[in-house]
Amino acid sequence: MKALVWQGANELAVRQVPDPQMRNEQDIIVRVRRTVTCGSDLHLLGGYIPFMERGDVLGHEFLGDVVEVGPQVRKHKVGDRVVVCSFVSCGKCWYCQHQQFSLCDNGNTNPMITENVWGAAPGGCYGYSHALGGFAGSHAEYIRVPYADQGAFTVPDEVSDERALFASDAAPTGWMGADLGGVKPGDVVAVWGAGGVGQMAARAAVLLGADRVIVIDRLDNRLEMARTHLGVETLNYEQQDVSGELLERSGGRGPDVCIEAVGMESHSSGPQFLYDQVKQQLRIESDRPIAAREAIYNCRKGGSVFVLGVFAGLVDKFPLGAIMNKGLTLRGAQQHGQRYIPMLLERMARGELVTEHLATHTMPLDEAPRGYEMFKKKLDGCVRAVFQPTS
Amino acid sequence: MRWLIGGAVVVGGVMVARRLLGGAGQSKDHWQQGPARRREPRWHVATVNRPASDVAPGGRLPEPLAGLGDAVEVQLRPAAGDRGTEVAVRLRDGARLPVATAARRVTGRDPEQAIRAALRESKQLIETSEVLHPDYPPTTEPTPMNKPLRMATQQGRREGRL
Ligand SMILES: NC(=O)c1ccc[n+]([C@@H]2O[C@H](COP(=O)([O-])OP(=O)(O)OC[C@H]3O[C@@H](n4cnc5c(N)ncnc54)[C@H](O)[C@@H]3O)[C@@H](O)[C@H]2O)c1
Ligand SMILES: [Zn+2]
Ligand SMILES: [Zn+2]
Repeated sequence: MKALVWQGANELAVRQVPDPQMRNEQDIIVRVRRTVTCGSDLHLLGGYIPFMERGDVLGHEFLGDVVEVGPQVRKHKVGDRVVVCSFVSCGKCWYCQHQQFSLCDNGNTNPMITENVWGAAPGGCYGYSHALGGFAGSHAEYIRVPYADQGAFTVPDEVSDERALFASDAAPTGWMGADLGGVKPGDVVAVWGAGGVGQMAARAAVLLGADRVIVIDRLDNRLEMARTHLGVETLNYEQQDVSGELLERSGGRGPDVCIEAVGMESHSSGPQFLYDQVKQQLRIESDRPIAAREAIYNCRKGGSVFVLGVFAGLVDKFPLGAIMNKGLTLRGAQQHGQRYIPMLLERMARGELVTEHLATHTMPLDEAPRGYEMFKKKLDGCVRAVFQPTS
Repeated sequence: MRWLIGGAVVVGGVMVARRLLGGAGQSKDHWQQGPARRREPRWHVATVNRPASDVAPGGRLPEPLAGLGDAVEVQLRPAAGDRGTEVAVRLRDGARLPVATAARRVTGRDPEQAIRAALRESKQLIETSEVLHPDYPPTTEPTPMNKPLRMATQQGRREGRL
């Protein structure tokens, strides 16, 4: 079959690879209808997560049709249209049973790397390097889905492919940031990053009853999108004084909940960007935490900061003093999609959660390298490039 | 936490030193002991999200652990806070793993690795009814650059605490 594979740092190609096979009785094979770029892939692409091999298939946010079903699968049959959570989780271990699906004990077939790097292994993720299980990704005609009763969800007829696609990763990630960040009615919520994840976090905050939601980025087209499609306020950090604006818009208190949806390659116009970039390229610091620092600094006393952006290792100049002295709660997680996807699909069916505007560019899989180039460089207003491997 | 029964029971035709759960403890909880015993082989412990009756029904350990034979000691105890059952395994002093098991674990040179793999597989079998396999056939190709990673990945599939 055809697939988009990683060939080396910043080198992608569409190639023939072997078709996936059923490996476990709880597996299904899905024929991919749509699969989409995610900000997380950019960290892999650039070689910032050094656990990729030449030939690894990328992609973890996808939807498709079930074409093969293992004997232990109960919920799905051939022909079902399913959206699949990007994280591979068993549904049976203690973490899964406590709704912390991305921490699954059994979803990563290769736990040693992350045990060494982080002290314990989270679950697996499709197309996300050998540190997270080495599962082939979804930028391909077919994909194997383990623990299918847990991770694959039948899409209601009234929800289009375009919309349901984002129930795989961006929407549950954003929802988790607002939910576990503790957003309550009346809160002021600030979200750093207006990519797919930040936008979904902002929309979740609105739906959870936040009084004001403010999205921060420098890309005007994304900020415009957030205002139009999500009904939230925005700040352009290159043109506006973020700290001053946030204080003014929150009665001088600072936001109650600050959500970081930028990750380890965050950008800044100030000198700290150069500092972090040089350290990152020399591999002295693995991640650039600029937006995370700002979220912590601007959060109100006793407030909560949720890190959705992916970080892989060590950061520098981390404002622990602000966390301690302001009594902040700092949390982060890979997404616990299985916990939210059924509810998100219902909201999508009711029209409360729209996502299709994120898919600014849709193309055949053959053009995926171009899609990633646009997505990476944010060319032509690209927010997400969607690939259709089998249309 | 205290142990009810100390001693050895026959499991799957193999002698396994084991203690059962709760009650007044006659014997000590070795794997939680500190530096005094540190020279002995380390206990490898995993928590299985099931009651002990599911972990070793009728005293029968899951196949991957039973396969290690009497070269290992196995202890079970309830995990605090409703977390299931803690399973602790260690090599007996001076013991070697059965050749067949070692061979099945490919290199077989490091018995600790075989113990961790058996624990991990047992936990998966009990919790999910099967051992999760990586994708096959692989889509990757060896290069000089990824040789160390491929080696680490091979090891990693055998090892891991989980
Ligand atoms: N936790 C999870 O499970 C999970 C799931 C999906 C994605 N992610 C992570 O979420 C992050 C965002 O993903 P995405 O797909 O939206 O990525 P994206 O690249 O589309 O968007 C990131 C946005 O952040 C903006 N940005 C950069 N520096 C900034 C700064 N200093 N302040 C404010 N905005 C800044 C960029 O302009 C861009 O619009 C990534 O790190 C990704 O890896 C996490
Ligand atoms: Zn993602
Ligand atoms: Zn699990």
